Amino acid sequence: MARTETKPRPRTKPAAPRESDETGREYLRTMLLQRRFEERCAEAYALGKVGGFCHLYIGQEAVSTGIMSVLRDDDYVITTYRDHGQALARGVPARGVMAELFGRVDGCAHGKGGSMHIFDRNVNFLGGHGIVGGHIPLATGVAFAIKYRGGDQVIACSLGEAAVNIGGFHEALNIAQLWKLPAIYIIENNRYGMGTAVERAAAGANLYDRAAAYSMACAHVDGQDVYAVRAAMQEAVERGRTESLPTLLEIRTYRYMGHSMSDAASGTYRSKAELEQDLKRDPIELHKRILLERKQITEAEIAALDEEMKKVVQDAWDFADQSPEPPPAALFEDILVDSHT
Amino acid sequence: MTVMTYRDALGAALREEMQRDDRVFLMGEEVGVYQGAYKVSKGLLQEFGEMRVVDTPIAELGFSGVGVGAAMVGLRPVIEFMTWNFALLALDQVVNSAAKMLYMSGGQFPMPIVFRGPNGAALQLSAQHSQAWESWLAHIPGLKVVTPSTPYDAKGLLKSAIRDDNPVVVLEGEMLYNTKGEVPDEDYLVPIGVADLKREGEHCSIITNGKMTLIALQAAEQLAKDGINCDVVDLRTVRPIDVAAITTSVKKTNRAVVLEEGWEICGIGAQVVDYIQRDCFDWLDAPVIRVHQADAPMPYAKNLERIAKPDAAKTVAAVRKVLYLD
Repeated sequence: MARTETKPRPRTKPAAPRESDETGREYLRTMLLQRRFEERCAEAYALGKVGGFCHLYIGQEAVSTGIMSVLRDDDYVITTYRDHGQALARGVPARGVMAELFGRVDGCAHGKGGSMHIFDRNVNFLGGHGIVGGHIPLATGVAFAIKYRGGDQVIACSLGEAAVNIGGFHEALNIAQLWKLPAIYIIENNRYGMGTAVERAAAGANLYDRAAAYSMACAHVDGQDVYAVRAAMQEAVERGRTESLPTLLEIRTYRYMGHSMSDAASGTYRSKAELEQDLKRDPIELHKRILLERKQITEAEIAALDEEMKKVVQDAWDFADQSPEPPPAALFEDILVDSHT
Repeated sequence: MTVMTYRDALGAALREEMQRDDRVFLMGEEVGVYQGAYKVSKGLLQEFGEMRVVDTPIAELGFSGVGVGAAMVGLRPVIEFMTWNFALLALDQVVNSAAKMLYMSGGQFPMPIVFRGPNGAALQLSAQHSQAWESWLAHIPGLKVVTPSTPYDAKGLLKSAIRDDNPVVVLEGEMLYNTKGEVPDEDYLVPIGVADLKREGEHCSIITNGKMTLIALQAAEQLAKDGINCDVVDLRTVRPIDVAAITTSVKKTNRAVVLEEGWEICGIGAQVVDYIQRDCFDWLDAPVIRVHQADAPMPYAKNLERIAKPDAAKTVAAVRKVLYLD
C-alpha cells in the first residue's frame, strides 16, 4: 500500500478470501510508484543530482508490495541498502525519499543517510542498512522487544540472498527460533550478490533449506507474483502474531538493473539473453495481465494510474530539487542525543 | 558509605537501574543461570526473571545486534561481553549500527544501549585475551566510552551509562573486580565526560585512565617518599575526554607523564599528548613522556608479560625523567 502525498495509505485490513478490485489496483499503484520513482532515480544519478551508491529495486517491486500489503501500521520493517522500493511500499513519502537521495535537508534523514539509509519513524521503517547481513540481528532484537512488551506485532526483515552466507544471518535466526520471536526473515533472492551468482556463493540448492538447521518454518515463493508473496507473508505473519514464532521466506525474484549505478545491467556476470528472458516476467506486467483478465481494471485505468504515479514522482523530484542543502552546522548535529532518562 | 568490591558496585548499579526502569535488561553470555562469568550479575536472574536477565548463545555479533534492534524501538539494553576481546566479533554492531543509527537516520532513532565487560590484561592469559581496547572505541563519533577505576566510579558511571540516551561503552578492569572501595548508600551518578583528580601534587601530572589509575597511584606513592608530588588525573571517560582537567593540571605542574594500558601507536595517550601540546605548549618545562604496553602481542611467560605491561616502576622512571632527575 503506497502512502503518497496525494493518497494516504489505508490501514491494512485482514485479507479477504478473494482479492477485491480495489486491492488489486492498489498493488498496481504501489508497484508503479516504485518503478517510476526509480526510473527517475537513475536519471537523477546520471545528472549528478544523486551521488554515492545507489541500488535500484526495479524488477523486485512485487516483493515489497506483497510484504507490506499484509503488515499493520504498528508492525516494523527493516531492510538492506536496496531500500527505495521497500520504503515507498511501506508508505515513506516519495518526497522525503527523493529529497534524501538528493542530499537535501527535507530528506527523510535530513540528507545524512542518502540512498542506502532511508529511515522513517512515522511508519516504523527502521532503515536501510549498508553492511550485508548487519541488520538481520537488529530484526531479531526488534522481535525480542515485541515479545518483551507482550505485543502481537511482527517485524519484516528483507535481505539479499548473498546475506545467507554471513555469520550474522545464522546467529540472528538461531536466536529468533530459540527464543520464539515474531520475526519474518525474507530472502529476496535476485540471484546475484553484486556480480556473484547465487550458485557460486551458496552451497545447497535451496536457500530456504537453511531454516531446517534451526527447525524454523520456511517457504519459497515466486517473487514476481504479488499474490504469491502476499499469501506466503500472510502465513508467516499469522505465525508471528499468534504463536510468536519466526519464519524464513525465500522469495525468488530478479533485478533488472545492475547491482548499483556503477555497473551495467548485463554483459559481465550475466548475459543479455538471461536478462531478456527474465524481463518477460516483469512483475508489473504480470499483475496488469491478471487484473485485465479478471476485468478488475481497464487499459485506460492502467494508463491513468501510471500517469498519476509519474506525477507523484515529478512532485517528489521538484520538492527535492527545491529543498535546501543541509546547513554546515548540521554536520555536528545528531551525533549524540543531548538527554538522558 | 559501604565498603564493597568493584564487582558488587557494578552489580548494585545494574540492580538499581533495573528496579528503576523496566525497559532496562541485561543480555549476554552466562549472565543468568551461571550468575555472570565474573559474578557481576549475581542474583539478578532470581530477582528479575529470564526476560530481563537473558542468557545468550556464544554469538557476540548476534546478541549485540539484538540489543541494537531492541534499543531502536525503545528498550534500554545492557549488553555484557564476557571480555572485550570477544567483542571484536560484534564491532560491526557497536560501530556500524549503534554509533551511526542516530546520525544516519537524521536524529530519528536514538540508541540507549550499554556495551560493557572486562577489558585489558589479567594474568598470563596471553595474546588473544590480554588487550586494552580504549583507543579503538574512543575513535568512533557516536559513542561514549568510560573506564571506571574504583568501585565508586564503577557504580556511578554504569548508572549514568544506563540512563544515557546514547550508546555507552563501559570498559571494566578484569583485575579490578576484587578491589574494594567506599560506595555511598544513597543514589548517585558519576557524570560521563568528567575526569577526577585522584591525588594532588605540584611537581608532575600523571594522566591516566581505568586500571592504570591504580598503577599511577602506586607510582605517586613511591615518588612521594622522595619528595616528588604528583597530580594523578583519572580521565574516567576516554570519549569525550575532559580536556580542561588535563590542561588545568599540566599548567599547574608544567610536566606530564601519560600512562595507558594499551599499545603506543594511536593510543589514548597520543591524543592526550596532542591536547597538551596544543593547549599547554608555553607551560611545559619538559617533553611529555608516555608509558604504555610494549609494542608486542601479550606473551604468556610470566617474566615476558611483566616486561610488556606498563607498571609503577616504569611510571616512576618516566616521572623522574620529565623532572630531569635521571
